[in-house]
Amino acid sequence: MDTVTDQSDFKAKILDKLPDYERTIRKLRELILANLVMIGEIPSPTFNEENRSQFLKRRFAEVGLQNCSTDEAGNVLGILPGSVGKRNILLVAHTDTVFSEKIDHTISVGPNEVVGPGVADNSLGLSVIASLPDILDRLGIQLKSNLVLMGAAQSLGRGNLEGLRFFLSNTEIPIHYGVCVEGAEIGRLSYSSVGMLRGEIVCMVPEEHDWTRMSYTNAIITLNEVISNIVSIPLPKRPITSIVLGSIRGGHSFNTIATTAALRFEVRSESEKIVREISERLEEIIAEVSAHSSIEVNMDVVAVRKPGGIKFSHPLCKTSREIMKSLDIETNIIPSISELSALIYKEIPSITIGMTNSEHLRQPNESIYIFPIYRGIAQLIGILTSIDEGFCDAD
Amino acid sequence: MQINEWIQHNTFHHSQFWDLKKMIEEKEKQDQKISLCIPTLNEEKTIGKEVVLFRSELQQRYPLLDEIAVIDSGSEDNTLDVAKSYGADVYLASDILPHLDEKKGKGENLWKAIYQLKGDIIVYVDADIKNIHPRFVYGLVAPLIYRQEIKYVKAFYDRPLAFSHGVRPSGGGRVTEILIRPLFSLLFPDLTAIIQPLSGEYAVRRDVLEKIPFPIGYGVETSHLLDVYSRWGLDAFAQTDLDQRVHRNQSTQDLGKMAFGILQTFINRVGALGIIKELPEMQTILRQYQAKEKDYQQVEYKIVEDERPPMITIKEYQEKYNITNPEEA
Repeated sequence: MDTVTDQSDFKAKILDKLPDYERTIRKLRELILANLVMIGEIPSPTFNEENRSQFLKRRFAEVGLQNCSTDEAGNVLGILPGSVGKRNILLVAHTDTVFSEKIDHTISVGPNEVVGPGVADNSLGLSVIASLPDILDRLGIQLKSNLVLMGAAQSLGRGNLEGLRFFLSNTEIPIHYGVCVEGAEIGRLSYSSVGMLRGEIVCMVPEEHDWTRMSYTNAIITLNEVISNIVSIPLPKRPITSIVLGSIRGGHSFNTIATTAALRFEVRSESEKIVREISERLEEIIAEVSAHSSIEVNMDVVAVRKPGGIKFSHPLCKTSREIMKSLDIETNIIPSISELSALIYKEIPSITIGMTNSEHLRQPNESIYIFPIYRGIAQLIGILTSIDEGFCDAD
Repeated sequence: MQINEWIQHNTFHHSQFWDLKKMIEEKEKQDQKISLCIPTLNEEKTIGKEVVLFRSELQQRYPLLDEIAVIDSGSEDNTLDVAKSYGADVYLASDILPHLDEKKGKGENLWKAIYQLKGDIIVYVDADIKNIHPRFVYGLVAPLIYRQEIKYVKAFYDRPLAFSHGVRPSGGGRVTEILIRPLFSLLFPDLTAIIQPLSGEYAVRRDVLEKIPFPIGYGVETSHLLDVYSRWGLDAFAQTDLDQRVHRNQSTQDLGKMAFGILQTFINRVGALGIIKELPEMQTILRQYQAKEKDYQQVEYKIVEDERPPMITIKEYQEKYNITNPEEA
């Protein structure tokens, strides 16, 4: 889209239509919110997404999608056929959440916001996908491309994107573009994936421990030593690298010596080499701490990602930025370690975008604002129609 | 009909009615209009979700409901604004038939809905249901659509308890099990077939609603059961299992007030039916106790189960629906 003609064509076919899209989508508020509530009130912790997936599959069938199905990995799929059908755009949102089934999943709908566990991550993303066929119909849009709508299972934490990976490795449908839909935050634009290693370090008093030396032994103290060593690892400023210490747990009570303690962490870097080096350093720390203590220390790697993605100047990225700008959405470019990584690994030009603003993310009182959703969806429609019209094709 | 036979034929599960397209075809064939009435009083936290779900699923996606109306007793919060913003028709109960003396209570809202709403079937759903779902409406309406002889459909909710065998208790809340079921067992054994006689969700044909009186307080559900049973028999009822209902829990003291109001209605009804003769004049003060240090204090609550007459006896209603001979109707 380098020429003046291309630019004016893009303006006429895409940008000029966005305000109308936003106005029409606003009229579909109840549809979007009802899908959000019905999806979000079905608990769906990673590896137990069946009930939510079943609902989504039924919804896909109700709106007339073709090939509605659940695959072996638990992904839900449906196809909205295009008028030409030469290319396939995959639109994906993950079906799992970080909340256990025991949490009260009741959602409340106020005049301006919706509150409940997982409403932003990612019930809204799923609701948008479930509502999309109706939205396109109301906007009078029939895409030339086939739209493959997907609720991806086993994405978060130990799920390690298993669902999407399975689909991409086994599908016979060639995917030409991918768009990952997240509930929050609007303005997010991810087009690259950082290198990542996610794992758990567990310190445990062994069964055959010499209890006469009990007072010298405590899994929490050992884990503390591991953590002190991790935070001492020097990190380069470039390529950007970080170690996230996500959660710790250990022990049982006030007055019992802790026999287990565990740390969940994530290493992120723009460089695959640095992720590998830090991983080796972690192994050394564990070996060292284990060697001078009677406590077993082990590291379990649960997920690894390679860095990659399209360039900032790729037409998909450039077009998305222009659509956001046209809708007065402030672009926030952040690398991704979620579904986008699996698409990037398969060299499919893809992005991740968000639908609205949120608060208290991943807490039981997670909330989203209703008003920005219309703009968030207009942005998505703009991107889909741009892909469909060929504005996102690289030379 | 024997109770067991009735339970066999007139007890449903909402999942039997999953095919909403088929239900709507049948509804259109019968040219029936269906209205939803949600009675409210300070329900801003739950009303938004309820209206959004019913509007989207049962009007826009599947046009089962012809209107969704919120009838309010004078909320001091934003109940009406929230409901209106999501597309419900909102009414203040006091604005409907305004020349009548003012009465406050859920039953008043339900009664005035008969005048205000246009449906041949009216379905009532409480506003405080946390796990609201379209099944709360279509599960109740369906028996009326598919079975013409059924006139009144009550909801019940399965409450699985820990159990080790194939049989488990299935029933209602504390007031039902301690008060209503024993009373029905004594005097109206057929009505013990209704698993949750006090559930606040039911769908009823207009030609029944307009002919029965409405206590405006706690006794409205009990009174309906007695009146419909006396006039049309057990066969006019059906009940639908709507699975779980999550709502606010009430204290034992509040349940005591509820039981007091229900008893007033019940005793009045059995008196009117001639089952119990020469009733003494009943008091309207409920006395409960609270302890303060070493003293026990009596707390008095005045609970009067006021009642509205059958709607068909109201002149404005007769005019609106062209009823020339209400007694015959």
